[in-house]
Amino acid sequence: MGILEVKNVGKRFGGLQALGNVNLSVAENSVHAIIGPNGAGKSTLLNCFVGKLIPDTGSVMFDGQSVLGRKPFEINQMGISRVFQTPEIFGDLSVMENMMIPCFAKRDGAFEMNALSSVSSQRDIHEKAEQMLVDMNMADKRHMNAASLSRGDKRRLEIGMCLSQDPRLLLLDEPTAGMARADTNNTIDLLKQIKEERDITIAIIEHDMHVVFSLAERITVLAQGTPLVEDTPDNIKGHPKVREAYLGETAAA
Amino acid sequence: MFGLNQKDKSTLIVVAALTLLAPFILNPFPEGSALAQFNAGYPDLMQRFVIFGIFAIGFNILFGLTGYLSFGHAAFLGVGSYSAVWMFKLVGMNVLPAITLSVIVAGLFALLIGFVSLRRSGIYFSILTLAFAQMSFNLAYSVLTPITNGETGLQLTLNDPRVLGQSATADGSIPVTNLLPGLEMRSTYVLDAGPWLFQFNLGYYLCALLLLVAFYVSIRIFRSPFGMMLRAVKSNQQRMNYTGLNTRPYTLAAFVISGMYAGLAGGLMASMDPLAGAERMQWTASGEVVLMTILGGAGTLIGPVLGAGFIKYFENIFSKINDNVLHGWFAILPDGIEDFLVFVVHPFIGKGWHLTLGILFMLVVIYLPGGLVEGGQRIGKYFKRGSDDAQSNDASTKPAE
Repeated sequence: MGILEVKNVGKRFGGLQALGNVNLSVAENSVHAIIGPNGAGKSTLLNCFVGKLIPDTGSVMFDGQSVLGRKPFEINQMGISRVFQTPEIFGDLSVMENMMIPCFAKRDGAFEMNALSSVSSQRDIHEKAEQMLVDMNMADKRHMNAASLSRGDKRRLEIGMCLSQDPRLLLLDEPTAGMARADTNNTIDLLKQIKEERDITIAIIEHDMHVVFSLAERITVLAQGTPLVEDTPDNIKGHPKVREAYLGETAAA
Repeated sequence: MFGLNQKDKSTLIVVAALTLLAPFILNPFPEGSALAQFNAGYPDLMQRFVIFGIFAIGFNILFGLTGYLSFGHAAFLGVGSYSAVWMFKLVGMNVLPAITLSVIVAGLFALLIGFVSLRRSGIYFSILTLAFAQMSFNLAYSVLTPITNGETGLQLTLNDPRVLGQSATADGSIPVTNLLPGLEMRSTYVLDAGPWLFQFNLGYYLCALLLLVAFYVSIRIFRSPFGMMLRAVKSNQQRMNYTGLNTRPYTLAAFVISGMYAGLAGGLMASMDPLAGAERMQWTASGEVVLMTILGGAGTLIGPVLGAGFIKYFENIFSKINDNVLHGWFAILPDGIEDFLVFVVHPFIGKGWHLTLGILFMLVVIYLPGGLVEGGQRIGKYFKRGSDDAQSNDASTKPAE
C-alpha cells in the first residue's frame, strides 16, 4: 500500500480522452518519476492529485484518504506540496517573507486572523524560515525581492517553501524545464540531498531523461493517457515498448 | 511603544503632529491678506480632511494590500451616515453610540457584499462592487424612502423621539450633536494671535483622534502576519492555494475591515453635520477614494492620508477661486494680457477644478506611479545622495592633504 494510490483514474476533455484508466502506486519514501511524450497526460494526472482537476472516474487516495473533491489548500494541509513548472513564488515579497508564509500556513492552518500581532515577534517562524534559507543556500538573498531572483534561485526558493511545510509528498512538475545544464545539475543535487536528509516521498514529472535516471527509484511511463509500464530505471531503459513509444533515440544514444 | 518599530513610530508621530497641529499648519496666512483664501484651517474643512483620511486608510487596507479594487466603497460610507443619523433621531445626540452603530452596520453590510463580490477577482470584482453600490444608491434614493427620506436626505426633526435625550431644546430648536452633555461637536475655541485666527474645534479633534487610532490599527495590520498574507494574495493567489492557505477568508476579512473604516468615516460625517443623503453612496464618491489612495500611494501607510488631504484641499480651495480673484492677481499686467491670462486659467478654477485635479492625477500616475509618497522618497533620496557625494568628496580630498 503506497502513500499515494491512484485507481482507474480517467479524465476526458470534450472529445479528448486525456487519461484512461490510470493505476499507480507511489511507495512511501521513494522517488517515483512519471515520464511520457508530450500530451501523454502527465500534467493532467498531476492536477488530479492536487485538486486542480477532478477526474471523471476512479479514485486518488493519499495516506488512506481520498483527495477528490477537496480544494488545493485542503490537500496541501493534508501533506502534499507542489512545485510548478514555472516557479510560483510571491514575486512582490522578499525572499524571507516568501519562506515565512508556508511556515505560517503549517503552524496556523488555512486561515488565521492575527491582524494585531506583529510578524517580527514570531520567533519560531523566523527561526524556521531562516534555517530553511540556510539549507537552500540562499541566506544572503533574504532581503531581495523574490521577483528579481534568477530562474534557478526561484526554483530553489519554491522547493524550499514546499519543504518548510514538512510535506509527506512532494510533487515536482518538470522542475528543470527551461534550465541551463548547470542549474539542472544543481537541482538534481538539491533533490538528492533532500531525499537523503528527510523522510519524504517525491513524485516527479520530467522530460529530461538525465534528471529522471539520476533520481528515480521507480518510473511509470505514460503514453496516450494510459500507463505503459512501471519498473525500475534500469529495466525501463531497456524496455522495448518504452523505446518504441518514447525513448527512441535517447536510449540508443 | 505600542509594539511598533522605529520607522513606523516616526510615521505615526508625523501624522499625529500634522493632525493635532492642523489648525496652525493650515492657517499660515494672516486674515485679510491676499493669500488668506489659501487657508484651510476651518473646522468643517479640517473635519473633511481627516474623515476622508480615515476613509482612504481603510480603502488602502483592501486595495493597497490585496489589490482588490472596490468601486463601491461609498456604499459603506453612506450606510454609516444613515445609521448615525437614525441613532440621533431615535436615541440621542451623543456621537459615540452613533459612531459605534455606523461601524457595526457598515461591517455587516460589507460582509454581505464582500461575500458575493469576492467570488470573482480583477475587473469582475470591481464591476460587482460597483453594481452593489449603485443598487444601494438607488435603494436609498427611491425605494427605501421611509428609511432614507429619498432625495431630500435624512434629517433631524423636532418630532424625533430621542429616548435618551430631548426632542427639542428649551428654546424649541433641534438639539446638536455632542460628545458628553454640554460638549458640543460644533464648539470652537478661537485663538486670536494678531492678524492670525486659529480655530480649535471639538468635532475636529474627535475626528483627528479617531484618525490616529485608525492609522495606528492600519500600521499594525500592515506589519501583522495577516497583512503579509494579504500582500501574498495580491502577489500570487495560486501559490497561496498550493501553500495550504484559503484566500477567501483573508480577502473577506480585509473587505469587512475596510468597510468598517468607511462606516466610521460616514458616522463621523453625520456626527459633524447630522444629515445623510443618497449622493454619498454614488459611484463618483467611490471613485474619489480610489483617486485619493492612488494619488497618495496605494499600499503605503501614509499615502492615503496625503492623497485625501491633497484632493480635499484642492476641491475646496481651487473651487473658491473665481474670475474676480484672478483679475486681482493679474492686475499689475497690462489689460489685454490680464484678460488673456484670466481667459486661459478660467477653465481650471471654480467649477472647473476637476480639470486641474485630472491633470495633476495624470501627472502623478505617469511620472510617480507610487504616488505622492514616491515623490517624497525621490526628494529624500536626492538630498541623501547630495550629502553622500559631499562625504565622498571629503574622503577623496583628505589623502591629498
